[in-house]
Amino acid sequence: MTNFLQKLFGNTTGRRGVSAIIVFVIIWHVGSQLDEWTGYDMLGIGLVPPPADVFVAFLGVVPKVGYWMSWVASFSRVITGFIVAMIIGIPFGLLLAVNRYFRGVFFPPFEILRPIPPLAWVPASLIFWPTNEMSIAFVTFLGAFFTIVINVLGGARNIDISYLRAAQSMGASQFDLFWKIVLPGTLPSIFTGAAVGMGITWEVVLAAEMISGGGTQGGGGLGFFIWSSYMGGSLEQIVVGMISIGIAGYLSSSAIRKIGYHFMPWRRLF
Amino acid sequence: MAKKTSKTAKKGEISIKNVTKVYDPTGVNVMAVDNCSMEIAGGEVCMIVGPSGCGKTTLLNSIAGFHSITEGSIHLDGELLCGPGKPKAEQSAERMVVFQHGALFPWKTLQENVAYGPTVQKAMSASEAMDKAGHMLADAGLGSFITKFPGEVSSGMARRAEIVRALINNPKVLLLDEPYRAMDALTKQIMHESLLETYDRTGVTIFFITHDLEEAIFLGDKVHVVTTRPCQLKKTIEVKIPRPRSFETQSSEEFRKLLVEVNDAVHEEAVKAFKAGEREMA
Repeated sequence: MTNFLQKLFGNTTGRRGVSAIIVFVIIWHVGSQLDEWTGYDMLGIGLVPPPADVFVAFLGVVPKVGYWMSWVASFSRVITGFIVAMIIGIPFGLLLAVNRYFRGVFFPPFEILRPIPPLAWVPASLIFWPTNEMSIAFVTFLGAFFTIVINVLGGARNIDISYLRAAQSMGASQFDLFWKIVLPGTLPSIFTGAAVGMGITWEVVLAAEMISGGGTQGGGGLGFFIWSSYMGGSLEQIVVGMISIGIAGYLSSSAIRKIGYHFMPWRRLF
Repeated sequence: MAKKTSKTAKKGEISIKNVTKVYDPTGVNVMAVDNCSMEIAGGEVCMIVGPSGCGKTTLLNSIAGFHSITEGSIHLDGELLCGPGKPKAEQSAERMVVFQHGALFPWKTLQENVAYGPTVQKAMSASEAMDKAGHMLADAGLGSFITKFPGEVSSGMARRAEIVRALINNPKVLLLDEPYRAMDALTKQIMHESLLETYDRTGVTIFFITHDLEEAIFLGDKVHVVTTRPCQLKKTIEVKIPRPRSFETQSSEEFRKLLVEVNDAVHEEAVKAFKAGEREMA
Protein backbone atom coordinates (compact mmCIF):
# COMPACT_ATOMS: atom_id res chain seq x y z
CA MET A 1 0.00 0.00 0.00
CA THR A 2 2.78 2.46 0.87
CA ASN A 3 4.39 1.40 -2.36
CA PHE A 4 1.23 2.22 -4.23
CA LEU A 5 0.92 5.62 -2.54
CA GLN A 6 4.54 6.39 -3.28
CA LYS A 7 3.96 5.53 -6.88
CA LEU A 8 0.86 7.69 -6.96
CA PHE A 9 2.27 10.79 -5.28
CA GLY A 10 5.97 10.34 -5.84
CA ASN A 11 5.94 11.79 -9.33
CA THR A 12 4.46 14.77 -11.11
CA THR A 13 2.21 12.71 -13.36
CA GLY A 14 0.68 10.88 -10.39
CA ARG A 15 0.15 14.09 -8.40
CA ARG A 16 -1.35 15.78 -11.43
CA GLY A 17 -3.77 12.89 -12.00
CA VAL A 18 -4.91 12.77 -8.39
CA SER A 19 -5.33 16.57 -8.23
CA ALA A 20 -7.40 16.50 -11.40
CA ILE A 21 -9.75 13.90 -9.91
CA ILE A 22 -10.08 15.92 -6.69
CA VAL A 23 -10.85 19.10 -8.64
CA PHE A 24 -13.42 17.20 -10.67
CA VAL A 25 -15.15 15.95 -7.52
CA ILE A 26 -15.19 19.50 -6.10
CA ILE A 27 -16.79 20.89 -9.26
CA TRP A 28 -19.27 18.03 -9.15
CA HIS A 29 -20.13 18.87 -5.55
CA VAL A 30 -20.45 22.59 -6.22
CA GLY A 31 -22.56 21.85 -9.29
CA SER A 32 -24.95 19.63 -7.37
CA GLN A 33 -25.33 22.18 -4.54
CA LEU A 34 -25.51 25.30 -6.66
CA ASP A 35 -29.28 25.30 -6.78
CA GLU A 36 -29.55 25.32 -2.99
CA TRP A 37 -26.87 27.93 -2.56
CA THR A 38 -27.81 30.39 -5.28
CA GLY A 39 -31.18 29.34 -6.59
CA TYR A 40 -29.70 28.57 -9.99
CA ASP A 41 -28.55 25.26 -11.46
CA MET A 42 -25.15 24.90 -12.99
CA LEU A 43 -25.85 24.33 -16.63
CA GLY A 44 -26.50 20.69 -17.37
CA ILE A 45 -25.65 19.16 -14.01
CA GLY A 46 -28.45 20.47 -11.84
CA LEU A 47 -29.97 17.09 -11.12
CA VAL A 48 -26.80 15.22 -10.26
CA PRO A 49 -26.63 13.72 -6.77
CA PRO A 50 -23.79 15.19 -4.73
CA PRO A 51 -20.63 13.07 -4.52
CA ALA A 52 -21.12 12.51 -0.78
CA ASP A 53 -24.52 10.87 -1.39
CA VAL A 54 -23.04 8.71 -4.09
CA PHE A 55 -20.29 7.71 -1.70
CA VAL A 56 -22.85 6.75 0.91
CA ALA A 57 -24.74 4.72 -1.69
CA PHE A 58 -21.44 3.10 -2.63
CA LEU A 59 -20.79 2.14 1.00
CA GLY A 60 -24.31 0.72 0.97
CA VAL A 61 -23.66 -1.65 -1.91
CA VAL A 62 -20.11 -2.66 -1.04
CA PRO A 63 -21.11 -5.29 1.53
CA LYS A 64 -23.72 -6.76 -0.83
CA VAL A 65 -22.71 -9.89 -2.68
CA GLY A 66 -24.98 -8.98 -5.60
CA TYR A 67 -22.96 -5.87 -6.40
CA TRP A 68 -19.73 -7.83 -6.61
CA MET A 69 -21.45 -10.57 -8.57
CA SER A 70 -22.33 -7.88 -11.11
CA TRP A 71 -18.66 -7.08 -11.44
CA VAL A 72 -17.81 -10.73 -11.89
CA ALA A 73 -20.59 -11.25 -14.44
CA SER A 74 -19.65 -8.25 -16.57
CA PHE A 75 -15.94 -8.89 -16.31
CA SER A 76 -16.24 -12.53 -17.31
CA ARG A 77 -18.40 -11.58 -20.32
CA VAL A 78 -15.95 -8.90 -21.38
CA ILE A 79 -12.96 -11.18 -20.96
CA THR A 80 -14.61 -14.08 -22.78
CA GLY A 81 -15.70 -11.97 -25.72
CA PHE A 82 -12.42 -10.13 -25.82
CA ILE A 83 -10.19 -13.19 -25.67
CA VAL A 84 -12.18 -15.01 -28.33
CA ALA A 85 -11.99 -11.88 -30.48
CA MET A 86 -8.20 -11.78 -30.05
CA ILE A 87 -7.79 -15.50 -30.74
CA ILE A 88 -9.80 -15.32 -33.94
CA GLY A 89 -9.12 -11.71 -34.91
CA ILE A 90 -5.31 -11.65 -34.82
CA PRO A 91 -4.72 -14.64 -37.13
CA PHE A 92 -7.62 -13.52 -39.32
CA GLY A 93 -6.17 -10.02 -39.68
CA LEU A 94 -2.69 -11.36 -40.35
CA LEU A 95 -3.99 -13.74 -42.98
CA LEU A 96 -5.87 -10.90 -44.65
CA ALA A 97 -2.63 -8.94 -44.69
CA VAL A 98 -0.26 -11.57 -46.04
CA ASN A 99 -2.41 -13.72 -48.30
CA ARG A 100 -3.87 -12.20 -51.43
CA TYR A 101 -6.37 -15.02 -52.04
CA PHE A 102 -7.59 -15.05 -48.47
CA ARG A 103 -8.06 -11.29 -48.67
CA GLY A 104 -9.92 -11.60 -51.95
CA VAL A 105 -12.40 -14.05 -50.47
CA PHE A 106 -12.89 -12.80 -46.92
CA PHE A 107 -12.35 -9.06 -47.03
CA PRO A 108 -15.55 -8.11 -48.92
CA PRO A 109 -17.97 -9.92 -46.55
CA PHE A 110 -15.96 -8.65 -43.60
CA GLU A 111 -16.32 -5.09 -44.85
CA ILE A 112 -20.06 -5.50 -45.28
CA LEU A 113 -20.52 -6.83 -41.74
CA ARG A 114 -18.13 -4.34 -40.12
CA PRO A 115 -20.30 -1.21 -40.30
CA ILE A 116 -23.18 -2.95 -38.50
CA PRO A 117 -23.07 -1.63 -34.93
CA PRO A 118 -22.60 -4.48 -32.44
CA LEU A 119 -25.80 -3.46 -30.66
CA ALA A 120 -27.78 -4.03 -33.84
CA TRP A 121 -26.83 -7.69 -33.41
CA VAL A 122 -28.48 -7.93 -29.98
CA PRO A 123 -32.02 -8.94 -31.03
CA ALA A 124 -30.80 -11.40 -33.64
CA SER A 125 -28.31 -13.02 -31.30
CA LEU A 126 -30.89 -13.28 -28.50
CA ILE A 127 -32.97 -15.34 -30.89
CA PHE A 128 -30.08 -17.19 -32.45
CA TRP A 129 -28.10 -18.30 -29.40
CA PRO A 130 -29.68 -20.79 -26.98
CA THR A 131 -28.82 -18.88 -23.80
CA ASN A 132 -28.80 -15.25 -22.79
CA GLU A 133 -25.23 -15.64 -21.66
CA MET A 134 -24.06 -16.80 -25.07
CA SER A 135 -25.90 -13.97 -26.82
CA ILE A 136 -24.19 -11.38 -24.66
CA ALA A 137 -20.79 -13.03 -25.13
CA PHE A 138 -21.34 -13.11 -28.88
CA VAL A 139 -22.24 -9.44 -29.10
CA THR A 140 -19.27 -8.59 -26.90
CA PHE A 141 -17.04 -10.61 -29.18
CA LEU A 142 -18.30 -8.69 -32.21
CA GLY A 143 -17.54 -5.40 -30.52
CA ALA A 144 -13.87 -6.22 -30.20
CA PHE A 145 -13.44 -8.43 -33.24
CA PHE A 146 -13.85 -5.90 -36.04
CA THR A 147 -11.62 -3.33 -34.38
CA ILE A 148 -8.89 -5.85 -33.73
CA VAL A 149 -8.97 -7.23 -37.27
CA ILE A 150 -8.85 -3.79 -38.88
CA ASN A 151 -5.93 -2.75 -36.70
CA VAL A 152 -3.98 -5.94 -37.31
CA LEU A 153 -4.60 -5.73 -41.03
CA GLY A 154 -3.60 -2.07 -41.21
CA GLY A 155 -0.56 -2.61 -39.02
CA ALA A 156 0.72 -5.59 -40.96
CA ARG A 157 0.20 -3.88 -44.31
CA ASN A 158 2.03 -0.78 -43.12
CA ILE A 159 5.23 -2.49 -42.11
CA ASP A 160 8.11 -0.63 -43.74
CA ILE A 161 8.99 -2.57 -46.86
CA SER A 162 12.67 -1.93 -46.09
CA TYR A 163 12.40 -4.28 -43.10
CA LEU A 164 11.09 -7.06 -45.33
CA ARG A 165 13.70 -6.40 -48.00
CA ALA A 166 16.52 -6.25 -45.48
CA ALA A 167 15.41 -9.52 -43.88
CA GLN A 168 15.03 -11.24 -47.24
CA SER A 169 18.43 -10.06 -48.40
CA MET A 170 19.92 -11.52 -45.24
CA GLY A 171 18.38 -14.85 -46.15
CA ALA A 172 15.20 -14.96 -44.10
CA SER A 173 12.77 -17.71 -45.06
CA GLN A 174 9.03 -17.08 -45.34
CA PHE A 175 8.71 -18.57 -41.88
CA ASP A 176 11.35 -16.20 -40.43
CA LEU A 177 9.78 -13.30 -42.25
CA PHE A 178 6.42 -13.96 -40.68
CA TRP A 179 7.49 -14.73 -37.13
CA LYS A 180 10.47 -12.38 -36.82
CA ILE A 181 9.40 -9.40 -38.93
CA VAL A 182 5.68 -9.30 -39.69
CA LEU A 183 4.50 -10.34 -36.25
CA PRO A 184 6.71 -8.05 -34.12
CA GLY A 185 6.13 -5.28 -36.66
CA THR A 186 2.39 -5.68 -36.18
CA LEU A 187 2.45 -5.94 -32.36
CA PRO A 188 1.99 -2.20 -31.75
CA SER A 189 -1.13 -2.24 -33.92
CA ILE A 190 -2.35 -5.40 -32.24
CA PHE A 191 -2.19 -3.66 -28.88
CA THR A 192 -3.78 -0.49 -30.21
CA GLY A 193 -6.60 -2.64 -31.57
CA ALA A 194 -6.83 -4.48 -28.26
CA ALA A 195 -7.06 -1.25 -26.26
CA VAL A 196 -9.75 0.23 -28.50
CA GLY A 197 -11.53 -3.12 -28.72
CA MET A 198 -11.56 -3.44 -24.95
CA GLY A 199 -13.28 -0.05 -24.69
CA ILE A 200 -15.93 -1.08 -27.20
CA THR A 201 -16.39 -4.39 -25.39
CA TRP A 202 -17.36 -2.56 -22.20
CA GLU A 203 -19.80 -0.34 -24.08
CA VAL A 204 -21.38 -3.32 -25.74
CA VAL A 205 -21.60 -5.58 -22.72
CA LEU A 206 -23.35 -2.89 -20.69
CA ALA A 207 -25.92 -2.20 -23.36
CA ALA A 208 -26.47 -5.89 -23.99
CA GLU A 209 -27.04 -6.49 -20.28
CA MET A 210 -29.55 -3.66 -20.11
CA ILE A 211 -31.46 -4.96 -23.08
CA SER A 212 -31.43 -8.63 -22.27
CA GLY A 213 -32.14 -8.16 -18.59
CA GLY A 214 -30.44 -10.46 -16.17
CA GLY A 215 -30.89 -13.04 -13.55
CA THR A 216 -30.99 -12.45 -9.84
CA GLN A 217 -28.03 -12.07 -7.48
CA GLY A 218 -26.14 -9.81 -9.83
CA GLY A 219 -26.14 -12.29 -12.71
CA GLY A 220 -27.23 -9.41 -14.90
CA GLY A 221 -23.91 -7.64 -14.58
CA LEU A 222 -23.12 -3.97 -14.07
CA GLY A 223 -25.37 -2.98 -16.97
CA PHE A 224 -28.33 -4.59 -15.30
CA PHE A 225 -27.23 -3.12 -11.96
CA ILE A 226 -27.63 0.36 -13.45
CA TRP A 227 -30.87 -0.57 -15.12
CA SER A 228 -32.42 -1.95 -11.95
CA SER A 229 -31.22 1.10 -10.01
CA TYR A 230 -33.01 3.19 -12.57
CA MET A 231 -36.14 1.07 -12.19
CA GLY A 232 -35.82 1.41 -8.41
CA GLY A 233 -35.44 5.16 -8.77
CA SER A 234 -32.10 5.37 -7.01
CA LEU A 235 -30.17 8.12 -8.71
CA GLU A 236 -27.18 7.66 -6.40
CA GLN A 237 -26.94 3.99 -7.18
CA ILE A 238 -27.05 4.68 -10.93
CA VAL A 239 -23.99 6.88 -10.49
CA VAL A 240 -22.32 4.18 -8.38
CA GLY A 241 -22.87 1.78 -11.28
CA MET A 242 -21.50 4.26 -13.77
CA ILE A 243 -18.38 4.90 -11.75
CA SER A 244 -17.92 1.15 -11.27
CA ILE A 245 -17.88 0.77 -15.04
CA GLY A 246 -15.38 3.59 -15.35
CA ILE A 247 -13.10 1.85 -12.89
CA ALA A 248 -13.60 -1.53 -14.56
CA GLY A 249 -12.73 -0.06 -17.96
CA TYR A 250 -9.69 1.66 -16.51
CA LEU A 251 -8.48 -1.59 -14.91
CA SER A 252 -8.95 -3.42 -18.21
CA SER A 253 -7.01 -0.91 -20.27
CA SER A 254 -4.18 -0.72 -17.73
CA ALA A 255 -3.95 -4.48 -17.89
CA ILE A 256 -3.60 -4.28 -21.67
CA ARG A 257 -0.95 -1.57 -21.35
CA LYS A 258 1.00 -3.72 -18.88
CA ILE A 259 0.85 -6.73 -21.17
CA GLY A 260 1.85 -4.52 -24.10
CA TYR A 261 4.91 -3.27 -22.25
CA HIS A 262 5.85 -6.82 -21.48
CA PHE A 263 5.67 -7.93 -25.11
CA MET A 264 7.14 -4.78 -26.62
CA PRO A 265 10.18 -3.75 -24.59
CA TRP A 266 11.31 -1.45 -27.40
CA ARG A 267 8.15 0.61 -27.01
CA ARG A 268 8.90 1.48 -23.41
CA LEU A 269 11.08 4.28 -24.65
CA PHE A 270 8.20 6.28 -25.97
CA MET B 1 25.88 -16.63 -50.74
CA ALA B 2 28.94 -15.15 -49.22
CA LYS B 3 29.78 -18.50 -47.64
CA LYS B 4 30.52 -20.12 -50.98
CA THR B 5 33.38 -17.82 -51.87
CA SER B 6 36.40 -17.63 -49.67
CA LYS B 7 37.57 -14.21 -48.63
CA THR B 8 40.39 -14.06 -51.16
CA ALA B 9 38.13 -14.91 -54.08
CA LYS B 10 35.79 -12.07 -53.14
CA LYS B 11 35.76 -9.52 -55.89
CA GLY B 12 32.44 -7.80 -56.27
CA GLU B 13 32.81 -6.68 -59.86
CA ILE B 14 29.56 -5.26 -61.15
CA SER B 15 28.87 -4.88 -64.82
CA ILE B 16 25.75 -2.99 -65.81
CA LYS B 17 25.05 -3.28 -69.52
CA ASN B 18 22.40 -1.33 -71.42
CA VAL B 19 19.93 -1.52 -68.58
CA THR B 20 16.50 -0.07 -69.25
CA LYS B 21 13.67 0.04 -66.75
CA VAL B 22 10.15 1.07 -67.68
CA TYR B 23 7.52 1.41 -64.99
CA ASP B 24 4.00 0.80 -66.14
CA PRO B 25 1.77 0.78 -63.10
CA THR B 26 -1.13 2.80 -64.53
CA GLY B 27 -0.75 2.11 -68.23
CA VAL B 28 1.39 5.21 -68.66
CA ASN B 29 4.96 4.18 -69.34
CA VAL B 30 7.52 5.93 -67.25
CA MET B 31 11.09 5.28 -68.26
CA ALA B 32 13.22 5.40 -65.14
CA VAL B 33 16.46 4.07 -66.59
CA ASP B 34 17.37 4.25 -70.26
CA ASN B 35 20.15 2.18 -71.71
CA CYS B 36 22.46 2.75 -68.80
CA SER B 37 25.87 1.09 -68.72
CA MET B 38 28.51 1.15 -65.99
CA GLU B 39 31.48 -0.96 -65.01
CA ILE B 40 32.37 -1.16 -61.36
CA ALA B 41 35.64 -2.87 -60.49
CA GLY B 42 35.87 -5.19 -57.50
CA GLY B 43 36.65 -3.32 -54.32
CA GLU B 44 35.87 0.03 -55.86
CA VAL B 45 33.93 2.81 -54.18
CA CYS B 46 31.51 3.88 -56.84
CA MET B 47 29.50 7.01 -56.18
CA ILE B 48 26.33 7.73 -58.14
CA VAL B 49 25.33 11.38 -58.30
CA GLY B 50 22.31 12.79 -60.08
CA PRO B 51 19.17 14.88 -59.67
CA SER B 52 16.32 13.76 -57.40
CA GLY B 53 13.98 11.18 -58.81
CA CYS B 54 16.26 10.40 -61.72
CA GLY B 55 16.24 6.63 -61.35
CA LYS B 56 19.36 6.07 -59.26
CA THR B 57 17.44 4.12 -56.64
CA THR B 58 15.84 2.05 -59.40
CA LEU B 59 19.30 1.04 -60.51
CA LEU B 60 20.27 0.12 -56.96
CA ASN B 61 17.05 -1.83 -56.48
CA SER B 62 17.74 -3.79 -59.65
CA ILE B 63 21.16 -4.82 -58.37
CA ALA B 64 19.70 -5.73 -54.98
CA GLY B 65 16.92 -7.76 -56.56
CA PHE B 66 13.99 -5.65 -55.34
CA HIS B 67 12.91 -4.65 -58.86
CA SER B 68 12.98 -6.26 -62.26
CA ILE B 69 14.64 -4.64 -65.25
CA THR B 70 13.02 -4.27 -68.65
CA GLU B 71 16.10 -4.65 -70.86
CA GLY B 72 19.83 -5.15 -70.57
CA SER B 73 21.75 -7.15 -68.03
CA ILE B 74 23.60 -6.90 -64.75
CA HIS B 75 26.45 -9.25 -63.88
CA LEU B 76 28.29 -9.73 -60.62
CA ASP B 77 31.75 -11.29 -61.02
CA GLY B 78 30.71 -12.62 -64.40
CA GLU B 79 27.56 -14.28 -63.10
CA LEU B 80 24.25 -13.09 -64.44
CA LEU B 81 22.13 -11.36 -61.78
CA CYS B 82 19.39 -10.26 -64.09
CA GLY B 83 19.06 -9.97 -67.82
CA PRO B 84 17.31 -11.61 -70.73
CA GLY B 85 15.01 -14.37 -69.48
CA LYS B 86 15.59 -13.41 -65.85
CA PRO B 87 14.22 -9.92 -65.26
CA LYS B 88 14.69 -9.89 -61.50
CA ALA B 89 17.82 -10.75 -59.53
CA GLU B 90 17.51 -12.94 -56.47
CA GLN B 91 17.96 -11.19 -53.17
CA SER B 92 21.13 -12.36 -51.56
CA ALA B 93 23.45 -11.59 -48.69
CA GLU B 94 26.28 -11.07 -51.18
CA ARG B 95 24.61 -7.75 -52.03
CA MET B 96 23.58 -5.97 -48.86
CA VAL B 97 21.58 -2.75 -48.89
CA VAL B 98 21.73 0.07 -46.37
CA PHE B 99 18.50 1.96 -46.75
CA GLN B 100 17.81 5.66 -47.06
CA HIS B 101 15.66 5.88 -43.96
CA GLY B 102 17.37 3.14 -42.03
CA ALA B 103 15.93 -0.32 -41.64
CA LEU B 104 17.22 -1.66 -38.37
CA PHE B 105 14.41 -3.72 -36.88
CA PRO B 106 13.05 -1.52 -34.06
CA TRP B 107 12.04 -4.56 -32.01
CA LYS B 108 15.56 -5.97 -31.85
CA THR B 109 18.55 -4.59 -29.98
CA LEU B 110 21.56 -3.51 -32.02
CA GLN B 111 23.25 -6.81 -31.22
CA GLU B 112 20.20 -8.87 -32.18
CA ASN B 113 19.89 -6.86 -35.38
CA VAL B 114 23.46 -7.60 -36.39
CA ALA B 115 23.14 -11.26 -35.41
CA TYR B 116 20.00 -11.67 -37.50
CA GLY B 117 21.68 -12.46 -40.83
CA PRO B 118 23.99 -15.29 -39.73
CA THR B 119 21.20 -16.70 -37.57
CA VAL B 120 18.57 -16.98 -40.30
CA GLN B 121 21.16 -18.24 -42.77
CA LYS B 122 22.05 -20.85 -40.14
CA ALA B 123 25.68 -19.94 -40.79
CA MET B 124 26.24 -19.80 -37.05
CA SER B 125 24.42 -20.84 -33.93
CA ALA B 126 22.40 -18.09 -32.29
CA SER B 127 24.94 -17.62 -29.51
CA GLU B 128 27.91 -17.54 -31.90
CA ALA B 129 26.11 -14.97 -34.01
CA MET B 130 25.40 -12.85 -30.93
CA ASP B 131 29.06 -13.07 -29.89
CA LYS B 132 30.31 -12.06 -33.29
CA ALA B 133 27.74 -9.27 -33.53
CA GLY B 134 28.89 -7.95 -30.16
CA HIS B 135 32.53 -7.93 -31.26
CA MET B 136 31.80 -6.28 -34.59
CA LEU B 137 29.71 -3.58 -32.96
CA ALA B 138 32.48 -2.98 -30.45
CA ASP B 139 34.96 -2.63 -33.33
CA ALA B 140 32.66 -0.01 -34.82
CA GLY B 141 32.76 1.93 -31.56
CA LEU B 142 29.31 0.85 -30.44
CA GLY B 143 30.44 -1.51 -27.69
CA SER B 144 28.44 0.15 -24.94
CA PHE B 145 25.24 0.30 -26.97
CA ILE B 146 24.81 -3.30 -28.07
CA THR B 147 21.84 -3.93 -25.77
CA LYS B 148 20.06 -0.74 -26.82
CA PHE B 149 17.13 -0.67 -29.19
CA PRO B 150 17.53 1.38 -32.38
CA GLY B 151 15.07 3.94 -30.99
CA GLU B 152 17.43 4.60 -28.10
CA VAL B 153 20.52 5.57 -30.09
CA SER B 154 21.28 8.50 -32.38
CA SER B 155 20.69 8.25 -36.11
CA GLY B 156 24.44 8.20 -36.66
CA MET B 157 24.91 5.21 -34.37
CA ALA B 158 21.94 3.46 -35.92
CA ARG B 159 23.40 3.90 -39.37
CA ARG B 160 26.79 2.58 -38.28
CA ALA B 161 25.07 -0.43 -36.71
CA GLU B 162 23.17 -1.00 -39.94
CA ILE B 163 26.41 -1.10 -41.89
CA VAL B 164 27.78 -3.59 -39.38
CA ARG B 165 24.61 -5.66 -39.85
CA ALA B 166 25.33 -5.71 -43.57
CA LEU B 167 29.04 -6.51 -43.16
CA ILE B 168 28.55 -9.48 -40.84
CA ASN B 169 27.13 -11.30 -43.86
CA ASN B 170 30.48 -10.84 -45.60
CA PRO B 171 28.91 -9.32 -48.72
CA LYS B 172 30.71 -8.71 -51.98
CA VAL B 173 28.87 -5.48 -52.53
CA LEU B 174 27.48 -2.87 -50.18
CA LEU B 175 24.63 -0.89 -51.71
CA LEU B 176 24.02 2.40 -49.93
CA ASP B 177 21.06 4.56 -50.82
CA GLU B 178 21.76 8.05 -49.46
CA PRO B 179 22.46 6.65 -46.02
CA TYR B 180 23.65 9.94 -44.54
CA ARG B 181 20.92 12.13 -45.88
CA ALA B 182 19.43 14.50 -43.32
CA MET B 183 22.44 14.23 -41.02
CA ASP B 184 24.21 17.31 -39.81
CA ALA B 185 27.65 18.09 -41.21
CA LEU B 186 29.52 17.00 -38.09
CA THR B 187 27.80 13.63 -37.84
CA LYS B 188 28.29 13.12 -41.55
CA GLN B 189 32.00 13.71 -41.16
CA ILE B 190 32.21 11.03 -38.50
CA MET B 191 30.12 8.67 -40.64
CA HIS B 192 32.46 9.20 -43.58
CA GLU B 193 35.55 8.48 -41.55
CA SER B 194 33.94 5.38 -40.12
CA LEU B 195 32.86 4.13 -43.55
CA LEU B 196 36.30 4.74 -45.03
CA GLU B 197 37.89 2.91 -42.14
CA THR B 198 35.51 0.00 -42.74
CA TYR B 199 36.29 0.07 -46.43
CA ASP B 200 40.04 0.09 -45.89
CA ARG B 201 39.62 -2.93 -43.63
CA THR B 202 37.26 -5.02 -45.76
CA GLY B 203 37.80 -3.86 -49.34
CA VAL B 204 34.15 -4.48 -50.10
CA THR B 205 32.77 -2.98 -53.31
CA ILE B 206 30.62 0.03 -52.49
CA PHE B 207 27.79 1.33 -54.65
CA PHE B 208 26.78 4.60 -53.04
CA ILE B 209 23.98 6.94 -54.10
CA THR B 210 24.18 10.52 -52.94
CA HIS B 211 23.20 14.11 -53.61
CA ASP B 212 26.14 15.45 -51.70
CA LEU B 213 28.96 16.23 -54.12
CA GLU B 214 31.64 16.65 -51.49
CA GLU B 215 30.65 13.31 -50.01
CA ALA B 216 30.90 11.76 -53.47
CA ILE B 217 34.45 12.98 -54.05
CA PHE B 218 35.65 12.40 -50.52
CA LEU B 219 34.54 8.77 -50.45
CA GLY B 220 34.68 7.67 -54.07
CA ASP B 221 37.18 6.13 -56.44
CA LYS B 222 34.86 7.08 -59.25
CA VAL B 223 31.96 9.47 -59.37
CA HIS B 224 29.34 8.57 -61.93
CA VAL B 225 27.17 11.53 -62.76
CA VAL B 226 23.85 10.37 -64.18
CA THR B 227 21.31 12.30 -66.18
CA THR B 228 17.84 13.31 -65.13
CA ARG B 229 15.06 10.79 -65.81
CA PRO B 230 15.48 8.52 -67.66
CA CYS B 231 18.74 7.72 -65.95
CA GLN B 232 21.79 7.41 -68.19
CA LEU B 233 25.47 7.68 -67.45
CA LYS B 234 26.52 11.22 -68.29
CA LYS B 235 30.08 11.47 -67.08
CA THR B 236 32.50 9.47 -65.00
CA ILE B 237 35.02 11.36 -62.94
CA GLU B 238 37.94 9.52 -61.45
CA VAL B 239 39.09 10.56 -58.05
CA LYS B 240 42.80 9.89 -57.77
CA ILE B 241 43.25 11.24 -54.28
CA PRO B 242 45.27 8.58 -52.45
CA ARG B 243 43.87 6.60 -49.54
CA PRO B 244 43.66 6.58 -46.64
CA ARG B 245 41.91 9.91 -46.91
CA SER B 246 41.32 12.17 -43.98
CA PHE B 247 39.46 15.26 -43.06
CA GLU B 248 42.23 17.51 -44.49
CA THR B 249 41.78 16.00 -47.94
CA GLN B 250 38.71 18.14 -48.40
CA SER B 251 40.70 21.36 -48.36
CA SER B 252 43.25 20.25 -50.98
CA GLU B 253 43.49 21.94 -54.36
CA GLU B 254 42.76 18.66 -56.16
CA PHE B 255 39.56 18.13 -54.18
CA ARG B 256 38.32 21.62 -55.05
CA LYS B 257 39.04 21.10 -58.75
CA LEU B 258 37.13 17.84 -58.81
CA LEU B 259 34.26 19.46 -57.00
CA VAL B 260 33.95 22.10 -59.70
CA GLU B 261 34.04 19.42 -62.38
CA VAL B 262 31.33 17.31 -60.76
CA ASN B 263 29.28 20.37 -59.96
CA ASP B 264 29.30 21.48 -63.62
CA ALA B 265 28.04 18.10 -64.78
CA VAL B 266 25.37 17.81 -62.11
CA HIS B 267 24.17 21.38 -62.36
CA GLU B 268 23.27 21.00 -66.01
CA GLU B 269 21.17 17.94 -65.18
CA ALA B 270 19.56 19.59 -62.19
CA VAL B 271 18.43 22.49 -64.37
CA LYS B 272 17.02 20.04 -66.93
CA ALA B 273 15.22 18.13 -64.20
CA PHE B 274 13.79 21.32 -62.81
CA LYS B 275 12.52 22.45 -66.24
CA ALA B 276 11.04 19.02 -66.93
CA GLY B 277 9.26 19.30 -63.59
CA GLU B 278 7.86 22.69 -64.58
CA ARG B 279 6.61 21.25 -67.86
CA GLU B 280 4.87 18.40 -66.08
CA MET B 281 3.21 20.85 -63.72
CA ALA B 282 2.04 23.12 -66.57
